[in-house]
Amino acid sequence: MITTLNIVFVAVVNTGLDLEISFNHFLEGIGLPSSIAHLLWLPLPMLLVLSAALIGVLVTVWLERKISAAAQQRIGPEYAGALGILQPMADGLKLLVKEDIIPQKADSLLFTLGPVLVLIPVILSWLIVPFGQNLLISNVGIGIFLWIALSSIQPIGLLMSGYASNNKYSLLGGLRAAAQSISYEIPLALAVLAVVMMSNSLSTIDIVNQQNTAGFLSWNIFRQPIGFLIFWICALAECERLPFDLPEAEEELVAGYQTEYAGMKFALFYLGSYINLVLSSLLVSVLYLGGWGFPIPIELIANILGQSANDPIIQIITGSIGIMMTVFKTYLLVFLAILLRWTTPRVRIDQLLDLGWKFLLPISLVNLLFTAALKLAFPVAFGG
Amino acid sequence: MTIATSTELICFLILSSIIVGGGIGVVLIENIVYSAFLLGGVFMSVAGLYLLLNASFVAAAQVLVYVGAINVLILFAIMLVNKREPLKPIKGLKVRKFFSGCVCAGLLALLFRVDITTKWSTPGPQAIGEIATERIGEHLFTDYLLPFELASVLLLMAMIGAIVLARRDTRSIQLEEIDPVRENVIKSSNSNVLIDQSPD
Repeated sequence: MITTLNIVFVAVVNTGLDLEISFNHFLEGIGLPSSIAHLLWLPLPMLLVLSAALIGVLVTVWLERKISAAAQQRIGPEYAGALGILQPMADGLKLLVKEDIIPQKADSLLFTLGPVLVLIPVILSWLIVPFGQNLLISNVGIGIFLWIALSSIQPIGLLMSGYASNNKYSLLGGLRAAAQSISYEIPLALAVLAVVMMSNSLSTIDIVNQQNTAGFLSWNIFRQPIGFLIFWICALAECERLPFDLPEAEEELVAGYQTEYAGMKFALFYLGSYINLVLSSLLVSVLYLGGWGFPIPIELIANILGQSANDPIIQIITGSIGIMMTVFKTYLLVFLAILLRWTTPRVRIDQLLDLGWKFLLPISLVNLLFTAALKLAFPVAFGG
Repeated sequence: MTIATSTELICFLILSSIIVGGGIGVVLIENIVYSAFLLGGVFMSVAGLYLLLNASFVAAAQVLVYVGAINVLILFAIMLVNKREPLKPIKGLKVRKFFSGCVCAGLLALLFRVDITTKWSTPGPQAIGEIATERIGEHLFTDYLLPFELASVLLLMAMIGAIVLARRDTRSIQLEEIDPVRENVIKSSNSNVLIDQSPD
């Protein structure tokens, strides 16, 4: 048993922590054909990432409750588990057993399809989120562009549920959500384009690798400070977080497009918005904060300590630190988003559209042009 | 038949049946909102076909442009205008439907003829996969630069036209005919458009 584990361990490390190759090697070692091994491998990373996303949501919901409570000088959830850590589970369970109501005058087909269409693109986008050099579902060549394309499907689901609810608040909320998401997608894409231009690739792996040449000094946030701000503002707007939560502004629209939803269908919206928040934070850390990179290059530390960077133990440690760094940066950004929720007032719809079209769009175009100029002028620092 | 080819075949059959069925639904369904949503489904399936052909950039662009922009725009237009009342009966609707059906059948027959008589090279050219993005960029900025720029000018014209049409109503109101309170409101709402009227 121990020898088998040892073989697996060595195989994992020898392939540069590429779990797929070592998994296939292992299955072929016990006598399965390679096609069957591949088929057995396929669902594993998807299930892993899906559960990672769900656990990420549970943690975020708990954080949101606790930090909100702290911001308002309350205690927040306390009795469900230590520090109320089981509260999100209780929330989920409550939504699961709630009655699933479809209003009589609603369009039941579109009413059901709407939340699904909102959730699926968000989950699909996790395809490209890297936690390490080989730790992502698929290193597709179009990488970050896939996320931009997928996030443009969401407005359809929002419009669908807003229309199908047969409720004026829902329709207004759905229209607002779609308008907001369309107008902030453009500056978002332009900010991403500037990063892509510097790393000469759309792939998230390449974008992170290009940032990890000199520790935290080479992170994109220092080369793209304006792009970082634009991306963060647009990401908040795409997630419908305060100060941009107009589609569900309680004082004006009850709950926007979610007004008529209850039970599991509401839970899908809830899940979708939180998965989207975690995903956006992950992508900010991938695009601007060096992804899985440690602030000081690990090879440097290993050299100082007199260890070889190719040592199996060191590689395992590097991989774990990579995952921890990604998660740490992500939750730092989630924390920032929650703090912003309690410190900024909501903007009006005309202010929102003005900000998107008259301020962020020109600024992001200038940022793109500026990046192109800097890339031509200083190819060393800006990825020639 | 390996697993890969059979999966590809199944995907192709599912996608093409969605495209054909959805396309027919878009035309035949009376409820215009359903038509618009079905159109979105058809666009998505076309993107799926591009993915099957190993053209991932084109597929993503298809989703971004057709689903994310054009279909959402169509839905916006429908939902802002849509009044839930049956359409007025049009005279001779059956005759019109018959003639338009004839035209469509003729077009379909023409397409089938082209499909059968053309000598398709099988297998087609090898898909270049991931480097397609770079290749498309190169083509757009070298030999297809002129059509690319012309298309952008066309879009710009459409955009300016839309803005002019949308802004015309507030501009053309005669300021003298209305009471002073509303006059001020209209003046302030026009302040971005009109030339500065304040005495200085």
